[in-house]
Amino acid sequence: MNFLSRLLGRPPEQESADIAKQRLQLVLAQDRTNISPETLTRLKDEMIEVISHHVEIDRTNVQVSMTHTPQGERLLANIPVLRVRPTERRARERKPTRRATREE
Amino acid sequence: MPGRIITITSGKGGVGKTTATANLGVALARRGQRVACVDADIGLRNLDVVMGLENRIVYDLVDVVEGRARLRQALIKDKRLPELQLLPAAQTREKSAVDEKQMIKLCGDLKKEFDFVLVDSPAGIELGFKNALAPADEVIIVVTPEVSAVRDADRVIGLVEASEKSPAKLIINRLRPSMVRRGEMMDTADVLEVLAIELLGIVPEDETIITSTNHGQPVTLEDRSAAGAAFTRIAQRLLGEQVPFPVLSDSPGLLERFARLLQRNP
Repeated sequence: MNFLSRLLGRPPEQESADIAKQRLQLVLAQDRTNISPETLTRLKDEMIEVISHHVEIDRTNVQVSMTHTPQGERLLANIPVLRVRPTERRARERKPTRRATREE
Repeated sequence: MPGRIITITSGKGGVGKTTATANLGVALARRGQRVACVDADIGLRNLDVVMGLENRIVYDLVDVVEGRARLRQALIKDKRLPELQLLPAAQTREKSAVDEKQMIKLCGDLKKEFDFVLVDSPAGIELGFKNALAPADEVIIVVTPEVSAVRDADRVIGLVEASEKSPAKLIINRLRPSMVRRGEMMDTADVLEVLAIELLGIVPEDETIITSTNHGQPVTLEDRSAAGAAFTRIAQRLLGEQVPFPVLSDSPGLLERFARLLQRNP
């Protein structure tokens, strides 16, 4: 099969054994956690809430998941940051100026 | 010295638990070990037909548990191998006919008389599985290199862990080396990476299993088949021997045979 498709110049397909392994790793990561999907959703919402106080994040693309590693269960959060909140930045920028005025 | 109670389980049905139990029983008995095979699949007994002893059943496991028969009356001696005996399951009863305590007592009694007590667990993770797991000193999980079987095996590994038994060991059954070579079947490394448990053995897919089961003659009774050789290696490992894991192949081609010849005579 692989030989034929190479001969015909087809792009190499992913081998089905690899697909099986990847699908298993995903489904087992879910199976192995005892956290219910509802709890995970609530956890995610609360995390978004807290993080949003400090940074502006892409709320629709936040991913929170449990995974199984040889070291144990890991909670993984992938949170795309759009930008640091203007208030935060302003506060940081203001500090040196204030200090500067005091020195004067 | 008391024997070892080993439960053979899988989660998913049809992956070869019963075949593995029968053949490991034969392989161990051929090496001089006294072996009792216990069919814990009450209501769906099959170890008797796989071992070819179905015509000699008088009493079964439930009869022993309920006191209608003594253990020695229910055990069937395999005439081909004097060290091998079978305790058949009841066919017309339900899993709830025995409980964990009774299984622990029963297997504990067998352990005094035998070197190995091999418990063939029913599929699933319910009552019958729990009854089979309860008496186990060791657990063997049989898996085939398929997503459904691996997923179920993972669940069972978790349940064995939760029962605070020593970690289960794995038999990968019905591996098809040619499909693995073509990237069409997960290989041993893939399955081990996903399940993260110790490998006990790899058994290649072998049509001889079907024909020998037709006759009620476990393949391991003879030395010819690839599957039989694999079960013999597993038995050796259970006895503490260091046996390498050979690279399996089904029907080697000319080139491969030549290469092997070169390897053997460098």
